[in-house]
Amino acid sequence: MRNRISVGSKIFDVINYVLLGLLALVMIIPFIHVVGSSFATSAEIAETSFLLFPTEFSLNAYKYIFSTDTILRALLISVTVTVGGTLWSMFLSTLTAYGLSRKDLVGRRFFNFLIVFTILFNGGMIPTFLVVEQTGLLNSLWALIIPVSINAFNMIILRSFFMNLPAGLEESAKIDGASDFGILFRIVIPCSLPAIATISLFYAVTYWNTYMHAILYISDSAKWPVQVLLRQIVVLASGINYDGATYTDVPPPEVTVKMATIVVATVPVLLVYPFLQKYFAKGALLGSVKG
Amino acid sequence: MESASIKKSRRHEILKNIKKNKLIYLMILPGILYFFIYKYLPMTGLVISFQDYKPYLGISGSEWVGFEHFERLFTSPDFWMIFRNTLILFALQIIIFFPIPIIISLMLNEVRHSLYKRGIQTLIYIPHFMSWVVIVSISYVMLTLDGGIINSLIEYFGFEKINFLMNEEWFRPMYILQVIWREAGWGTIIFLAAITGVDPQLYEAAKMDGANRLRQMWHITLPAIRSVIIIMLILKIGDVLELGFEHVYLLLNASNREVGEIFDTYVYTAGLQQGQFSYSTAVGFFKGVVGLILVIFANRLAKRFGEEGIY
Repeated sequence: MRNRISVGSKIFDVINYVLLGLLALVMIIPFIHVVGSSFATSAEIAETSFLLFPTEFSLNAYKYIFSTDTILRALLISVTVTVGGTLWSMFLSTLTAYGLSRKDLVGRRFFNFLIVFTILFNGGMIPTFLVVEQTGLLNSLWALIIPVSINAFNMIILRSFFMNLPAGLEESAKIDGASDFGILFRIVIPCSLPAIATISLFYAVTYWNTYMHAILYISDSAKWPVQVLLRQIVVLASGINYDGATYTDVPPPEVTVKMATIVVATVPVLLVYPFLQKYFAKGALLGSVKG
Repeated sequence: MESASIKKSRRHEILKNIKKNKLIYLMILPGILYFFIYKYLPMTGLVISFQDYKPYLGISGSEWVGFEHFERLFTSPDFWMIFRNTLILFALQIIIFFPIPIIISLMLNEVRHSLYKRGIQTLIYIPHFMSWVVIVSISYVMLTLDGGIINSLIEYFGFEKINFLMNEEWFRPMYILQVIWREAGWGTIIFLAAITGVDPQLYEAAKMDGANRLRQMWHITLPAIRSVIIIMLILKIGDVLELGFEHVYLLLNASNREVGEIFDTYVYTAGLQQGQFSYSTAVGFFKGVVGLILVIFANRLAKRFGEEGIY
């Protein structure tokens, strides 16, 4: 007997495939539009503003933004904070997650509660600001890293992953005389690379995208990461702003320059994304199911 | 007598464990210290909402004023404005945004070509990795009056241009559309994971009974992922007041403040920009407590309905 697919089922498939395809397109077209426009000439932009691919390829916008050191400096700051912050956060998160994954640790429940509670309640913006101020981090790039050293969610995902490793692994290492640090660095971490990669990506993306902490803790514009600069260039330069300040001393940047700045602030995330995608789907899944 | 000896032996146990696991305690020490300094120390800082905090006097030197700031908060017309705005944005998140990832997951689950499925997933996850600054910036360049792609299209079809960015009426639609754009795809991960756990035999049985695919979705897939939906809903409700400082702040301007100002942005402007530390801490405190109560309440409710809850 032939496995018959009913007409209704076929119609369902067609509608479903088309709708999902449209959804994906709608979500992605704005990015294509921005990338396309950033490579267009100003003349073409002025002529046709609904452009996806420029007919005349121009690097002028990029030449312009890289000719001033403002954006270069901001990019350098963002890279530094992202790399340094990710390493630092992973170091602390891995140590804490591994320690708390050990079932023989007295006080484990207490420490876990302590950490989970910070997800539900926190001191809020002003008291946190005061602590950051008192610990001497204001106006330094450390302010973008130290106050967010560990993300409780990320730590819990790592902990769940460590807890699910076969117990025999650790025991055999212990019998061979490995110390707790030895077990962590030689057994647990190498066995957890998918989880480590996932959480590193999460941290890296957060650090690259950091905006709020920069406007809270860093008043020196020479220390702004690229996201803050992007807001200056696109949002504030549109003449629509919240704080009522005007930026008339600088001519509003051209559309292509705005587009190119958006691209530059986005590209690093897009570069790591495809490599780690297969990992993060797995990792996020684990964390959310077992969390 | 007996309980004392139990206590003693228990203490002995703990000491033995600490000795045995001293390296482990050493490992978690920096992490725990971090949580103490940057999470718990700020909680003690909440006391300044009962003070007239002066930075140069510090917490120990500032004058205590009791509930004065809270009274001011609840009687100010601003409070009702932010309260209303927060509530409306939250309602939009629950009513409009929340079901969307579930619907997309159900749709994705019906895709049998794994290449197509993965392609769609890859594309709809991408916006989640963009910062709010990027999302809002792209919206700005697309929606701007002079030469934005959207207004050019509107004009092309012979309609009047719309000033989306400066218009009160467009603030909420813009807000929720951006939330959907950035988070809808990413939100499907958890629901898709739950769906893969559904027993395929159930579908076979339903097919035998003549259920078409929409009916299978409705009667099998949805009930099967019910507990995950409820957990996600609790988490969302717990987030009631976390509507995203960054997102809203970036969208705010002088002409949409009446509909856009929420607790977080208010705390920022009143506190850090205008220097009213105590008052805005009180605002933040109120917000935090309401959030906490809502999580506990939502969790209770979930348990009453026979679900597991989040703790």
